[in-house]
Amino acid sequence: MAIDSARRSRTASAPTNELSHGRLGRGVPWIILGASLAVSAAVFWLFAVAGMTDGFNAIGAGLVGVLIYLVMIVVISRQVEGGRQATDRFVTALVTGAFVVAIIPLVSLVATVIANGLARFDVEFFSSSMRNVTDDGGGAIHAVVGTLLMTGTAALISIPVGLLTAIYLVEYGRGPLARAITFFVDVMTGIPSIVAGLFAFALFAIFFGPGVRMGFAGAVALSVLMIPVVVRSCEEMLRVVPNELREAAYALGVPKWLTVLKVVLPTSIAGITTGIMLAIARVIGETAPLLIVAGFTTSMNYDLFNDRMQSLPVFVYTSYANQGVDTQAFLDRAWAGALTLILIVMLLNLVARLVARIFAPKLGR
Amino acid sequence: MTATATPAAQAPVAIVAKQRLGDRLFSGSALYSGVAILLILAAVAFFLVGQSLPAFFADPADLSGSPASIVDYIWPLVFGTLWSAALALVMALPLAIGIALFISHYAPRRLAQGLGYLVDLLAAVPSVVYGLWGILVLAPAVQPGYSWLVDTLGFIPLFAGPVSGTGRTILTAAIVLGVMILPVMTAICREIFLQTPVLHEEAALALGATRWEMIRMAVLPFGRPGIISGAMLGLGRALGETMAVAMVLSPTGVVTFALLQSTNPSTIAANIALSFPEAYGINVNLLIATGLVLFLITLAVNSIARYIVNRRKDFSGAN
Repeated sequence: MAIDSARRSRTASAPTNELSHGRLGRGVPWIILGASLAVSAAVFWLFAVAGMTDGFNAIGAGLVGVLIYLVMIVVISRQVEGGRQATDRFVTALVTGAFVVAIIPLVSLVATVIANGLARFDVEFFSSSMRNVTDDGGGAIHAVVGTLLMTGTAALISIPVGLLTAIYLVEYGRGPLARAITFFVDVMTGIPSIVAGLFAFALFAIFFGPGVRMGFAGAVALSVLMIPVVVRSCEEMLRVVPNELREAAYALGVPKWLTVLKVVLPTSIAGITTGIMLAIARVIGETAPLLIVAGFTTSMNYDLFNDRMQSLPVFVYTSYANQGVDTQAFLDRAWAGALTLILIVMLLNLVARLVARIFAPKLGR
Repeated sequence: MTATATPAAQAPVAIVAKQRLGDRLFSGSALYSGVAILLILAAVAFFLVGQSLPAFFADPADLSGSPASIVDYIWPLVFGTLWSAALALVMALPLAIGIALFISHYAPRRLAQGLGYLVDLLAAVPSVVYGLWGILVLAPAVQPGYSWLVDTLGFIPLFAGPVSGTGRTILTAAIVLGVMILPVMTAICREIFLQTPVLHEEAALALGATRWEMIRMAVLPFGRPGIISGAMLGLGRALGETMAVAMVLSPTGVVTFALLQSTNPSTIAANIALSFPEAYGINVNLLIATGLVLFLITLAVNSIARYIVNRRKDFSGAN
């Protein structure tokens, strides 16, 4: 009798567990996803075996599998959990899908660049120029040197101007002038790179006549693009420096300029370095302005103020656009140039983030 | 009455800091750097106007392609620029919102920052590499899909035939543009989604809202200005993007909404990049004039975006 009632109460209470009743278990969506993918893969495999498609279409199988999952999760969730939960699960799947979709081009791009770029990623590529090269062989040393020279000059112009402007905005700037500078720096971040190139051309054409091509003009174009980025990132970093540090310095009688120089800047130097490296990474891949004002050439040119100067992005473009008789050799060089470019940019990004993480000030909070 | 008794003398004297040479030099150079930026921007506008004026007064017969007037030359380019950028925006905006939500509200906390870096890496790839990838990988990959679209949906004007055999259509260019503007839009959406007051989110959840209902009621209304300004900034970037379009698109300078044909409108930036190395005489001025038009369009778009961002005081605006 007692045992009987106990059993009855247990059977009665088991399905009414308020916490887990009417919910799909944690692993259920994953099981459904796996099952959908497996079904889709099986169908596509059947197609391949039957000879209806040539080879196993992995992308198609994945897409159809995800579609099956979307339908299944909504149907199952609506049965078990009700309409609102079903909508929630549907949106979760969509949002996760959006992220995966965005990663596909990144993976595809990096994979192709590495696969195609390694063919000519050799010593000759980094030790010879394209002078008198019409088929295979040759290299991009002239482009690497040109990129380093022009980007370096652009950095020499942009870093002082950008950093000082950031200091003005954070430490000195009040009133309409500071507001105007902030606004126009924001506007300047949106200048299309080709317009910066046209500006540099228009400026230098006045002094050197039409048809001017020189490395320094390229550097000027790059610095128009670089200055606003430097200002924005430095400004953000200077604002993070706690006011207590400045007040402590003032209280000790330190003049304002020394406070900025010896207290504010050293505190934020890690962030500023990161910002500057990211700005360099952004302009080092610019093609359009250099194509316009620095032109392209096959020979080495160390002189910033004289004649055309090749750069790595323009090298990639011209290798593709002006293919010679031996098409594959030119394409291989273009991919190798692209690989070099991506490696430089990724390296700059990585080092910048590491600097930010390792040398970040320990603000005792 | 002695002088010391007057109230004026008893009032505390305002202490004026000593003017040091270092202070003057330092604040002066900081000020002039700021002013220099304004001057640079003014110079950009000034030189563009100055160099493009001859094109407006030139005989149209001298211009490249001898159009009936300069407007006839610029209008197809403006159309192509706006059309490709709008297509890119339509494709990228929902994705960007989805990615931003995924990183801010769906991904496991520990992974979120790393995933954010991964999306930022998309911004680090130089545009010329996107161009190379678009023309040698993406265009051949999507071409069969285009053929299928034209065969099945060809009655819709957007997908009217004949299909391009190379896949180098304006839709491909717009896909590449969309990928390129994803990071900046994602960054801004993500930042503003993360600023949603936690109390709002928790209140929604406590009332029994599911995660999606919480996002719809608390996160999206709060983040609407961020979404709009992110979209505008992305649009500005897409309008001015040069090399990817120049390499992917095979332009003919027509005005058409058809997405998949081999005759496509060109964009201002791509046209400049393709024509400038061979241009001479008045055509250089003509290209600079189109550059001025592009400058004005992006200036307007970016100013509106910044205005919307700046209305929200404590929102810093990524980038």
